[in-house]
Amino acid sequence: MAKIVIEGVRKSFGGFTALDGIDLEIRSGEFLVVVGPSGCGKSTLLDLLGGLSRPTGGRILLDGKPVTGPGLDRGIVFQQYALLPWRTAQGNVEFGLEATGVPRRQRGARAREFLDLVGLSGFEDRHPHELSGGMRQRVAIARALAYDPDVLLMDEPFAALDAQTRESLQDELRRIWQSTGKTVVFITHGIEEAVYLGQRVAVMTSRPGRIKEVVPVSFGECDALLGEALRSSPEFARFRHEIWTLLHDEVARARQLEKEAVAA
Amino acid sequence: MTTGTDITAMAAAGVRTPAPRAGTVPESVPRDLSGNGTGNGDEFGTGSETEAGSGSGSGSGNESGSVATAAPEAGAPGRGAAAALKAVRALKAVFVRTVAVLALIALWEVAPRAGLVDATFLPPISEVAVAWWELAGDGQLAEHTQASLTRSLGGFGIAVVVAVPLGLLIGWYRPVAKVLGPLLEVFRNTAALALLPVFVLLLGIGETSKVSIVVYACVWPILLNTISAVGNADPTLVRLARSMDLSTPRLFQKVILPASVPAVFTGVRLAGAVSILVLVAAEMIGAKAGLGYLVNASQFNFAIPQMYAGIITISAIGVAFNQLLVTVERRLSLWRVPASS
Repeated sequence: MAKIVIEGVRKSFGGFTALDGIDLEIRSGEFLVVVGPSGCGKSTLLDLLGGLSRPTGGRILLDGKPVTGPGLDRGIVFQQYALLPWRTAQGNVEFGLEATGVPRRQRGARAREFLDLVGLSGFEDRHPHELSGGMRQRVAIARALAYDPDVLLMDEPFAALDAQTRESLQDELRRIWQSTGKTVVFITHGIEEAVYLGQRVAVMTSRPGRIKEVVPVSFGECDALLGEALRSSPEFARFRHEIWTLLHDEVARARQLEKEAVAA
Repeated sequence: MTTGTDITAMAAAGVRTPAPRAGTVPESVPRDLSGNGTGNGDEFGTGSETEAGSGSGSGSGNESGSVATAAPEAGAPGRGAAAALKAVRALKAVFVRTVAVLALIALWEVAPRAGLVDATFLPPISEVAVAWWELAGDGQLAEHTQASLTRSLGGFGIAVVVAVPLGLLIGWYRPVAKVLGPLLEVFRNTAALALLPVFVLLLGIGETSKVSIVVYACVWPILLNTISAVGNADPTLVRLARSMDLSTPRLFQKVILPASVPAVFTGVRLAGAVSILVLVAAEMIGAKAGLGYLVNASQFNFAIPQMYAGIITISAIGVAFNQLLVTVERRLSLWRVPASS
């Protein structure tokens, strides 16, 4: 059953069209990755899903009901972590719980439970500036999970991390997704990341953003593999190449558009 | 590019226009005394720096202590040496912090005695100390200090109570902030003392005009810092709160307010210095009590050591007040990320 339905969604700002005619269905419990060249409106799409902005045309349905604004049925993980610097890791996770009205006494235990889930037991009392980038993003993920949204919207969450941290967080995320059964919409510009994480990968065109193709990713018997074993498998390379080919022209076109914009 | 569309998306969604990422730490890094030219503040800037230095000094002292415990075979002598090292470090820190002041005192004592300056106009500091002691003994000093502190703390307090909420309000309603911005700049850059005659004209020569001028001078740094603090609240945090469907009052309470505390307090600290500076000057005109009056009247009566005694008292109060506010500020900004990140 479709969890999210995007129907002919268009978004323009003034005379500038960011998204045009987006059609996409996301199944319940699915891990969908959206990949596209920079400036193609990926983040705009995520804002629309999160209810932070409204589409200019078309509509977005969540569980069959149109999205009219933000809600706690969707949790967003931002690229810049968006942690409250004056709160500890624990306090940051509790922040989401305060919004949902979880009773004060349950918040502490719940926050600890989710910090444990992302592997941060023992770091509850650290402030964000005392944590590494990877740890900060783990806190942000714990926060988004703790108030138990059905849908997790992730906006290039690992883009600011170094390669090793990114890969270990990708594994964590797969594990968490498998154990919680959340519907995940994951935005990235990394092809490997898309292939590694996604059940399906939606490739976007450069401006105005459209869905060029949706590639189902399945490794057959290799599906149980993790990490380097999966990344070095021939199936992985095949998907990687397929998506690279789809993106290649778009990236070139995006670069051209960018040049023209700067020259103008 | 993506961020570009992000920004427009937010603007279209009626979310506050984000300031550039770098701008999220405003004139903050408050410890470097953003835009404070007063000698008072500057002195204190270095003061707090050296203190931070000594803090890390004692930190490394602890480190050496833990090294000693980590290597127990070094035994008691090693531990003793570590303790001695720690003591030496502490002494060194004290020396670094006081040497310049001590040098000034020494120079003040020696120069008049050696005839380098006219001892009539700059008596040696020992004579000033005697005069200070006499003033303290006969209760004059206490009387004048009390008069001054009542006025400056009163004015300062009123300014804090008025300017912080007002600043939060103006900062929150961005169009209002835009409209009022230039006007506030004009007021802030009009030297408060230039307006003293106006205050005297309107409010007379008594307490009201003196407290009012302190209020006036203190309001601007607090107001402007508060407005910019609210405006510079991290836009990602605002988005986060919006994505959680937080109501506006809750967003204000849970995100904007705590995010603004350090910058607001920088304004409060600047106002603290201003409150004493302005008051002393105001007391030199038409007052019958107060430290400014004491300094002025002593000069008038050619009681030069008493004049200097008054001046020293004023700077001591300024330093103490600033130190107090710096301590509170640091307590409130513990979470602040070091400037590097």
